[in-house]
Amino acid sequence: MTVIAIVDYDIGNIRSISNSLVAEGVTVLITSDKIKLLSADGVILPGVGSFKHGMDKLRELKLDIVIRDYVKSGKPLLGICLGMQLLFTSSEEFGETEGLNIIHGLVKKLQLNNDEEFKLPHVNWNSIHTASLSWEESILKNITAGSEVYFVHSYAVLPSVDKNILSTTMYSNNQFISAVQRGNVYGCQFHPEKSGTVGLTIMNNFIEICRG
Amino acid sequence: MANKRVIARIDVKNEFAIKGIQLEGLRKVGDPNEMAIKYYHEGADEIIFMDAVAAYYDRNSLSELILKATENVFIPITVGGGIRTIQDISSALKSGADKVAINTQATKDPSFITKSASIFGSQCIVGSIEAKKIHNNKWEVFVDNGREPTGIDVIDWVKKLEVLGVGEIILTSIDKEGTKKGFDLDLIKAVSEEIQVPLIVCGGAGNYTHIENVLAQKFVDGIAIASVLHYNLLQINNLKLDLYNKNIKVRI
Repeated sequence: MTVIAIVDYDIGNIRSISNSLVAEGVTVLITSDKIKLLSADGVILPGVGSFKHGMDKLRELKLDIVIRDYVKSGKPLLGICLGMQLLFTSSEEFGETEGLNIIHGLVKKLQLNNDEEFKLPHVNWNSIHTASLSWEESILKNITAGSEVYFVHSYAVLPSVDKNILSTTMYSNNQFISAVQRGNVYGCQFHPEKSGTVGLTIMNNFIEICRG
Repeated sequence: MANKRVIARIDVKNEFAIKGIQLEGLRKVGDPNEMAIKYYHEGADEIIFMDAVAAYYDRNSLSELILKATENVFIPITVGGGIRTIQDISSALKSGADKVAINTQATKDPSFITKSASIFGSQCIVGSIEAKKIHNNKWEVFVDNGREPTGIDVIDWVKKLEVLGVGEIILTSIDKEGTKKGFDLDLIKAVSEEIQVPLIVCGGAGNYTHIENVLAQKFVDGIAIASVLHYNLLQINNLKLDLYNKNIKVRI
């Protein structure tokens, strides 16, 4: 039995993520319990809302330490949307806020060109494109470059090194980073649990990575 | 250019999906959950569930439906009808909805929009407008699923909703709703000139040409369609291929 734990820190809806992890031999836990998280075969860090609020909640529940310890074990972790941003060093949202610093880099507001057709937050389906990392052994295995996934965000990550970039996306004529990987730690800015069959494939890829 | 969205709208009364003409003469058309699953597999970009009688009976009962739908439908879900408290929004989102559409309560208490946007973020607050033509180039806001006039001018109201903090507007033409005779392009043009938030239009889709014409307008971000889907007059995957071939950017 493969156990995948979704970190429960009272931030946003996680029901769809849980529903999207349906596979033979997989048990999904929604928990903030240290032992359960550390003993899981895979952990998902979800999240919507502001970076500071998310970090405050993690610290309040001492989950920042648990997540860092979990990552040190080498087991797979997937951050989704804000959950991915929290993996980074710091964010410029509401001044400078420190993150988990598991992947080095910053979280910055999306750049808009002067075109009133493009607004923030970026709420829509948009396409993901290949970057420096190969998709073959990652959560994006078997995904066709250019596939569309669902985004809801105003900020995006900027890893310190290019080699952690899995995919990029264009918005308002600017490129931003839509998925990252560092070792067994993955992150996606979009919501795979709301991205139709493409998203379900990504969730299944993560399950396969957790099965080892 | 951003994608244009094709949204399946399912109006619900009790446990049934229903459809009327001009929001009246409601008929049962199927099981809302099965319909949502079908439209999801056909390639809908979103699903909207509207409780057709919630505002009228002062209740909100879609949570169970959303809970069930999110087991099988992995695209954004908007829920509307009878949303009148912060608790209603919170419970809709917890059940798995991504956005809530607010109409009646916004006209009764405009500050409710600002308050909910500040708590949940404007991206999940959709201003829902039911517009009825009263003169040439003049439309009035109706509430309670098209039953009650408010005396509010539609153009004034969209401007106000944007200032109050909605992240998106869904505009339903009561006159065209369920008729399958084409969208109210005058209304849509008048509204789209006044706002910058995404505009979803609803009411009147009967064939590909109607939909092509309305989506060709630069500031229309998407359509919400119901009758043409419920009565099997078109399929979303075929519609999207047609739009794609007409150079309208959609997710295939």
